[in-house]
Amino acid sequence: MSEVKPDLIDVQINGEWHSFPKGTRMIEACKEVGVEVPHYCYHPKLTSPGNCRMCLVEMGMPPRPAPGSDPVEPDEDGHVPISWIPRPVIACANTIAPNMGIRTESEMTEECRKGVMELLLANHPLDCPICDQAGECSLQEFSVEHGKGESRFREQKVKKPKNVEIGPRIRLDDERCIMCSRCIRFMDEIADQPVLGFTDRGSHTTLTIHPGHELTSNYSLNTADLCPVGALTSNDFRFQMRVWFMKETKTIDVNCATGANITVFAREGKIYRVIPRQNNNVNSNWMPDSHRLNIHWINSEARLTDPLVRDEKSGNHRVATWNGAMQTSADALLKLDGSEIAVIGSARMTNEELLITNRLAKQLDAGHVDVVAREGEPDGYLISADRNPNSNGAKLILGLENPGSTIDQIREGIAQGRIKALVCLQENIIDDAGFSADELAKLDFFLTSYPLANATAEVADVVLPGACWAEKSGTMVNGTGRLQRLNKCIEGPGQTLEAWEIVRDLIQALGGGNGIYAATELFAQLAGEVPEFEGITFGQIGDLGLPLIETDERIPLLEREAERKAQGLIVG
Amino acid sequence: MSDVKYISGKEPHPKERRMIFKNVDREGWDQSIETYEKDGGYEVLKKAMKMAPGDITTEVKTGGLRGRGGAGFPTGVKWGFLPPNNTKPVYLICNADESEPGTFKDRYIIHQDPHQLIEGMIISCFAVGAKLAYIYIREEFPEGAQILEAAIEEARAKNYLGDNVLGSDFDLEIYVHRGAGAYICGEETGLIESLEGKRPYPRIKPPYFPAAMGLYLCPTIVNNVETLCHVGHILRIGGEEWAKIGTPNNTGTRILCVSGDVQKPGYYEVEVGSLTMGELINDVCGGLKEGRELKAVIPGGSSAKVLRAGETFKVGRGDDAKEIDIWNIKMDFDTLAACGSMAGSGGVIVIDDSRSISWVLNNINAFYAHESCGQCTPCREGSLWMKKITDRLVGGTASPTDIDTLYDVAKNIDGRTICAFGEASAWPTESFIEKFKDELVADTNPELAGEKVNNEAQLAAAGLL
Repeated sequence: MSEVKPDLIDVQINGEWHSFPKGTRMIEACKEVGVEVPHYCYHPKLTSPGNCRMCLVEMGMPPRPAPGSDPVEPDEDGHVPISWIPRPVIACANTIAPNMGIRTESEMTEECRKGVMELLLANHPLDCPICDQAGECSLQEFSVEHGKGESRFREQKVKKPKNVEIGPRIRLDDERCIMCSRCIRFMDEIADQPVLGFTDRGSHTTLTIHPGHELTSNYSLNTADLCPVGALTSNDFRFQMRVWFMKETKTIDVNCATGANITVFAREGKIYRVIPRQNNNVNSNWMPDSHRLNIHWINSEARLTDPLVRDEKSGNHRVATWNGAMQTSADALLKLDGSEIAVIGSARMTNEELLITNRLAKQLDAGHVDVVAREGEPDGYLISADRNPNSNGAKLILGLENPGSTIDQIREGIAQGRIKALVCLQENIIDDAGFSADELAKLDFFLTSYPLANATAEVADVVLPGACWAEKSGTMVNGTGRLQRLNKCIEGPGQTLEAWEIVRDLIQALGGGNGIYAATELFAQLAGEVPEFEGITFGQIGDLGLPLIETDERIPLLEREAERKAQGLIVG
Repeated sequence: MSDVKYISGKEPHPKERRMIFKNVDREGWDQSIETYEKDGGYEVLKKAMKMAPGDITTEVKTGGLRGRGGAGFPTGVKWGFLPPNNTKPVYLICNADESEPGTFKDRYIIHQDPHQLIEGMIISCFAVGAKLAYIYIREEFPEGAQILEAAIEEARAKNYLGDNVLGSDFDLEIYVHRGAGAYICGEETGLIESLEGKRPYPRIKPPYFPAAMGLYLCPTIVNNVETLCHVGHILRIGGEEWAKIGTPNNTGTRILCVSGDVQKPGYYEVEVGSLTMGELINDVCGGLKEGRELKAVIPGGSSAKVLRAGETFKVGRGDDAKEIDIWNIKMDFDTLAACGSMAGSGGVIVIDDSRSISWVLNNINAFYAHESCGQCTPCREGSLWMKKITDRLVGGTASPTDIDTLYDVAKNIDGRTICAFGEASAWPTESFIEKFKDELVADTNPELAGEKVNNEAQLAAAGLL
């Protein structure tokens, strides 16, 4: 006998014995040992209605000898022969039992899958060539593995509504819907806007929205992600790009301190789509619409593409070289005493950028260093009150106790003429921090870097094109204190540089500096200089990040998810 | 019983034994509580209230009562599934969603003898510890709902219902809940969802076995109208005595609803297993129609597998094993199961040689395609597909290979759905093809094999071009 493991249960999967914790769903047990069970309706974060029947598997249990007959003797491992049950069971909602057998490759299981596939396709339109889901459609994927390749369905397909606007961002094609009810459950169980449902019966069952309602939730686009077919599509992404042409990059959202894990889909320098990426410690599987759609400015005409320096004669900006812009800036800054210089960085910067910004401040002996704070109402789901993605990084690396709290002092200093130069990195302080053009005109020298042309750039002496979040790599610390990686998805336009490169070059122009060639080198230095980062390597952070510091911030959606998991409603 | 007189022309057949239907078509009978009490009504309740609830369950088990709704599951065993150390409320639901085609028994109990049902329910509630019970009645029985409401009021006025029933510390309320017209509401977990105000999508089992997680996720017993009525009779004469009625493991009486091609279709209450198919059709129902021959019988509601005339059936075990023909099938649970069908809901549909088998199957398929709830894939997509094939079969545009497809579709539903509706919709097609394939194929056109059905002409005819 093997040693007694009280909470582990032995289950045979395709002939091999494995141990799993009690309460594990059959489908999850299979997944754990690399056995895929195809499914449509099942989702670990939602309740399991068991309606698609794609996950049917052959199951067996220990034999039950008739009363009076001899009990079956276990073998030396404590297992008894399995008696296989002639009726298949769903793997999604059923939990494992001791000495259970699961066959996912048997004739019965394969027949069930083939049967369900044929039935799902019976009334499904074969409009894959014009369907947005093509290339990432579960119906297509499982057709390859479990389909018949030809249809025996010779009848008229059921006609249903097409191209239905069910909300400002989501469109519904009812003929494509396979009635898995994932979207209904998501809106009910997670987004708290239970406005989706089915009407009619049988093959005529139609997904619809309750009369007089719209899918207005800021989480509505998650339904398009959840939809295993092309029934729910995003108005924003629809017909823009075939999925197979796009390059996927795992990175993080920077619209608030939650730092939702995301995948960015881009092609030839253009971002077409952002979808959430599962991280059970950050955003579960979801993200707000407002954050994922905040991408269109990245490829806009308003992007800065070249360094600009103000021409002293005309007073207009002219295109400069990086070297020229840096030299102009260094010349201006070197004329001043450190106490006359302020540096405003950004809590949207990566840790690496903040580290080198701190170096710049030290090089200049700058009297003032701060970042711009961004506050908003938390939404009670995933959006944090702190709309900066890296306030914790700013605290740790710039040593700011309360980021943004000295911005008013900098304004006063400028107004009173005490501060004569301002280096403003990756912020638009007129629109976002309450500065006015008149105030900033008082400065002897004003440098700003930013991805977009804006009011602040208008009044600056030197304007530098800084890469946006999607164009750079680095790390950030989210609201809950988790260290996460930001990964470069596309190249910035024109002469754009990442902020850490800009600062490095400026330090060098000022006569300091070292040869840093990659953000990862800065991270290595960070690990050596800032105690909280000690001993961490860039590679360790991985795709899902790792906890760095303790904070008071909690993510409400995750707390509710934990409750549902504790109740056994979801796998989690 | 000898004093019971029936309305002229509606007298029971001599081979009947009326217990549940004792008062159906009875002369001088009405639905009032006074009439019921005058006939000894609610006396059994008074007796039961003096018993320990567990003893009532024991009596029901001793009686061997099997559910009359369709599955034939032992009622006492079902009650025994209630969790032993339960702290949640227990609910009892009377399933009066009688909608299996060919079944028309519960409506007569409700319409003509509502207090019999209510008394049976009160006793059952007392036995299982339910303080709240519902009668889920199908939308199509509006009059029945009104009759039950009135009867409940009468019973409450007499303290058979309400607080402290008959001076005991047992409180009970019964509410009538009307469905909205869906066959699937007869499936007990679909019924529960409907009662909770949702679409009647049957729940997955496990984990949602009603006895453990039923209405509002509390322990719930769902019993058929006829079943609950029988509880009263078991208590009246005692489980042991009741078990002597009928045959072993097939005890009591049950109401057979005979429809189709017989001289006298109708409802007949008989001791279970006391009659053979031949006696039922030829004797009780007055025989087949003039000059006709028996083609088939669907013995337990439309979802039961069809029995073909001329077929031989193996019944009995060991020394009792024998082969019989359709006429000698005993109309009980076990014999019908041994014959590959089921006693189901007691709806016996007789089909004679004037009927086209294609037409009969299409009629059944049309029902299930219309009534599939649409929750799970096989039944949702398969039931309409089967109907569309048999539509063509009847219309003369099916090919012989369509029959093979039809059979495969049924097999792809059978055993793979959330609820028993899958089998209900698949079994007719499976059994019709297994037993009448030649006749079905004869209605097809071999020249149409492989021909696309979705041609332009058909699209135009459907107004889709």
